[in-house]
Amino acid sequence: MKLKSALLGAAASLVFAPAAFAERGADGHVNVLYWQAPSLMNPYLSGGTKELEVASPVIEPLARFSPTGEMIPHLAEEIPTLDNGGFAADLKSITWKLKKDVKWNDGSDFTADDVVFTWQYCTHPEGGCAQLSKFHGVEKVEAVDAHTVKVSFAEPKPYPYATFSGPMQPILQKKQFENCLGTAAPTCTEQNFKPIGTGPFKVVDFKTNDVVQYEANPYFREADKPAFATMTIKGGGDPEAAARAVLETGEFDYAWNAMVAPEVLAQMTAAGKGKAVVSFGTLVERIMTNMTNPSSQLPEGERATVKHPHPFMTNPAVRKALSMAIDRELLVEVGYGETGKPTCDFVPAPEAYAANNTSCLKQDIEGANALLEEAGYVKGADGIRAKDGVRLSILYQTSTNAVRQDFQSMIKDWWAEIGVETELKNVAGAVYFGSDPGSPDTLVKFYADVEMYANNFDGTDPAAYLADFTCEKVPGPDTGWQGPNYNRICSEDYDAMINELNRTADPAARQALAKKINNWLTVDNNHIIPLVHRGAVAVHGNSLGGVILNSVDASIWNVKDWHRVK
Amino acid sequence: MTDSINTAKAAAAAASYRPPRNQWWDVWDQFRTHKGAMFGMCVFVLLIALVALGPWLWDVSATQTNMRMRNKPMSWEFPLGTDQLGRDILARVIAGGKTTLAVGLTAMCLSITLGATIGICAGFFRRADNILMRVTDLFLALPLLPLLLLMVMLFREPLVQSFGPELGIFLLIVTAIAMTSWMNTARIVRGEVLTIKEREFVLAARSIGTPARRIILRHILPSVLSPVMVAATLGIANAVITESALSFLGLGFPPDFPTWGRLLQDGMPYINLYPSRVLWPALALSSLVLSVNYIGDGLRDALDPRIRGR
Amino acid sequence: MLTFALRRLMTAIPTLLFISLVLFMVLELSPGDPLADMPLTIPPEVREKIRLAMGLGEPWYIRYVLWLNNFFVTEPMYWIDGTFGTDLADGRQRILSYQTRSPVFDTIGERIPQTLKVVGTGMIIGICLAVPIGVISAYRQYSWFDQIGTFISMIGFSVPTFVTGVVLIVIFSVWIPNDSAFWLPTVYDTGLKVTSWDTFVAQVRQMILPSAVLALYYAAQISRYMRSSMLDNLSQDYVRTARAKGMSEKVVVLIHVLRNSMIPVVTVIALMIPGVFTGAIITETIFKVNGIGQQLLLSLQGNDAPMVLTITFIFAVLIVTFNLIADILYGLLDPRIRYD
Repeated sequence: MKLKSALLGAAASLVFAPAAFAERGADGHVNVLYWQAPSLMNPYLSGGTKELEVASPVIEPLARFSPTGEMIPHLAEEIPTLDNGGFAADLKSITWKLKKDVKWNDGSDFTADDVVFTWQYCTHPEGGCAQLSKFHGVEKVEAVDAHTVKVSFAEPKPYPYATFSGPMQPILQKKQFENCLGTAAPTCTEQNFKPIGTGPFKVVDFKTNDVVQYEANPYFREADKPAFATMTIKGGGDPEAAARAVLETGEFDYAWNAMVAPEVLAQMTAAGKGKAVVSFGTLVERIMTNMTNPSSQLPEGERATVKHPHPFMTNPAVRKALSMAIDRELLVEVGYGETGKPTCDFVPAPEAYAANNTSCLKQDIEGANALLEEAGYVKGADGIRAKDGVRLSILYQTSTNAVRQDFQSMIKDWWAEIGVETELKNVAGAVYFGSDPGSPDTLVKFYADVEMYANNFDGTDPAAYLADFTCEKVPGPDTGWQGPNYNRICSEDYDAMINELNRTADPAARQALAKKINNWLTVDNNHIIPLVHRGAVAVHGNSLGGVILNSVDASIWNVKDWHRVK
Repeated sequence: MTDSINTAKAAAAAASYRPPRNQWWDVWDQFRTHKGAMFGMCVFVLLIALVALGPWLWDVSATQTNMRMRNKPMSWEFPLGTDQLGRDILARVIAGGKTTLAVGLTAMCLSITLGATIGICAGFFRRADNILMRVTDLFLALPLLPLLLLMVMLFREPLVQSFGPELGIFLLIVTAIAMTSWMNTARIVRGEVLTIKEREFVLAARSIGTPARRIILRHILPSVLSPVMVAATLGIANAVITESALSFLGLGFPPDFPTWGRLLQDGMPYINLYPSRVLWPALALSSLVLSVNYIGDGLRDALDPRIRGR
Repeated sequence: MLTFALRRLMTAIPTLLFISLVLFMVLELSPGDPLADMPLTIPPEVREKIRLAMGLGEPWYIRYVLWLNNFFVTEPMYWIDGTFGTDLADGRQRILSYQTRSPVFDTIGERIPQTLKVVGTGMIIGICLAVPIGVISAYRQYSWFDQIGTFISMIGFSVPTFVTGVVLIVIFSVWIPNDSAFWLPTVYDTGLKVTSWDTFVAQVRQMILPSAVLALYYAAQISRYMRSSMLDNLSQDYVRTARAKGMSEKVVVLIHVLRNSMIPVVTVIALMIPGVFTGAIITETIFKVNGIGQQLLLSLQGNDAPMVLTITFIFAVLIVTFNLIADILYGLLDPRIRYD
């Protein structure tokens, strides 16, 4: 028997060179650096990317996404679809069949009860679960038998996979978390720091915002994995220091999110100790235009609300000219290098949904000037265009970040060439991305004419992301300054398209409609001026093999396949 | 009648009276003999001249990006090279110096004045001591970042509206730095005053009925000058670094507004690739602090009557 | 002096209570949101629920009183339970951080060792260097030693630690190959336990760079105060008297002058020691020491009010204590100083 498996292993090794010789724990220790240190190991309580990243080797969802966006069953036998009958024809329920040989890392069996419990845990009214929106529209989750789970929706759901797939909703062990429901959730420190999971590694020690120690899970369902017996994920420092620790001092094997200036990265990799890997998800750096007047002359409560339309940003020609004046190629070259691509799309990926517009890629200062001239904006003595006494003077805000400040300076110069005056402002990230209604400097209050930031969507379905700009989602004093429609767009055409998207289940029709909405927001109306499609970047040492970066799922999603290159 | 006599007397007195040489001339003479101080003075004047006259001598924009001229080394066209956006580093150092010198010197003066006043009052007037020192404890304990965020939130808009964006933010930053850095000076000065006010010369002054104000100005203040000078030197460096941290966090000047601290921070990621980007602002900053330190040294010696007499 | 100390201790309690209120209000009023670093993909209504679960729905005075109660009643109970194995606390709610959802004191306890080691060592080395440098610089004013000392200390103070730290890393960890004996690690391993000679060497090696950066920074400041204060005293009459009486230079300088010059130095050191507790934010971040300074920075950035409030309040207690100690030391150094 042993001989047979050894022979099989040898045969496999011909196919999967050098990984296959590995047996569990044969390759010793691996050192990973996350410069943003994880605060806890429970993605339901944090919602932060760093937390779900470090939790991903331990707790697993039913299915993960591959880097190209395909679904890969993890705890499920297979992906339920309309074809195999797992997804009901009325679109109102989906039935997951679970793998039968899965054990928790304390040795107990994984069953459907754990999945049902996870749903109860997150949807508890007092729990403050960060992933609550993933269970939106879920009426009930029930265990049909010990290894079958049925998720029922209140209304037909064209895309049913938002629940229980991807890194945000791993399955928690019922036995461990039973007493942590609702208000008790944050008090379960031991559980939140050392969750019991089904993944390749288990947590040995967790120091908050500092370090996580893992060891291989002895009950992991793939007998020869993971290759590493132990793993350390250390936190702290900054992106430069992280890249340096892998590429220059060689202290670490892998560093996550090593966002450094392209030339610096090139110089560090030139030392030959390791390399950078890039993966493109759906993250787009963009400029948003404000449809309302943010002038400080207006009284508080009316400023930047639909009551006062913007004096010139409401003119499509102005928005188009602003977009035309930008040289996206150059932005990428200066700010991101290999880790970014110029884009004209709000939804740049996955391929099926990407409109792949190219009309904005070429900078056209002359065209932009002509367009503004035509729209009646003429240059004054100071070189700034104006029409009816309204000067094209823009306040341009973003968060504090070296690349963003470089972008601001470059774009300011280009806009000056088309006769638009720009005042720059940067706000500390903690304030800018916060939603303190008392602060005037937040993303959502948008007390500026344009603002720049990056955003993406989870998983592979952009429907919810595209639906952010309906009239009812306009933030304002009446909504406590909440709502994702930062631009304050309010258009019947757009709302109608969104309604239609929410009723369409046929994939081809959904994709066509999504592209139409994408174009409406970007190239047709320029409400959103996309700049750069940003990739995730990680660096790893030459001796670490098996790294396949993923920006749709957790970036270390395949940590079980990592091994030491001899 | 009496009036005319008085005026005549005064006129006569004025004619026969040659005012004694002003003591400040003595101070200046002593200061001049101090080599370090003169050297510091020269560097300081040079820095001021660079900043004040620089824009005329080197007429290049500090903020204009030039994508074809990125990361150029030192050359005749760009004496200190260019940065990652093709901006001329010399022009940026000159433009940054203006803000840095203004903020550093003003904030330091404010902070030292505030600190010394509170320190002297606390040390001299026993009744004020407890309350003033507890206020000092309070300020020492306040975390800088939330306090600054709060100040920026409350005062940025009104200040910018009444003084314009540049002066408004300048006032805000200078006040913020002074408000959060006077405590060390106050504690140090108070400690000194506590021992000095028990010295014989203060007792003598007090026993002949010198009013408190006069004792403080004539006797106490000159004696606490040397720690104040040290605090002033350290204060400049502190102000410049705090300013750059503020701008970095987006609480200070807008991002297209170079300052030395900011140039230093912007250059840090490139330290291994282009060390000169860190070197130049660091050099400028260090020479400013060093020159102020030597001037302070000289001034301390010059104002000390025991040394001046020698 | 005793009555003075007692009186000061009495006034310390209302002072600290007032400080805690001001700290709380500053954190409460300053803009910022504990949910700011969560992804934008989390919708607003979910954010609101998270906020309520954190207890942010309560009015500020209730949260303040709760925090006071937790800090002064519940947490000491847990501490007693932990020490004596009693069960006073009985599962009461502790001070929980917004960010880590775990008790604030556990995190502080986890971080104190590395902060004390690194920052404490830096400060001790700094003081040990600064006092002799200050004394010699003043005694031999304008000598080469003095000039070089001045120059180095000014560089040490005017170049911020985020520059000196990275420069040291580039020199000792990048330029020197990592199989050399002089290579030094840039990442501090908080899990390292000193059990043998080798682990002790590893511990020392990982402390060298961060402690050196801090020592330079502290030494620069203290030596300036030491020097100027020595200079003031060297020209005093009592020094001439002592010399005239035939005392040796050693006695004159090291006993008479040094003692009288210590007042500003004691003040500065007393102001610095509480800083050991809050750690050195920048240095800790650069070398990934992950002590209290780095935690404070993360908590400030993440608007984690319970953590910031607790750390700064402990800091305030230390400030009040050490300033009291400094005041008592003044009296010992100069018996003429009276407080009552």
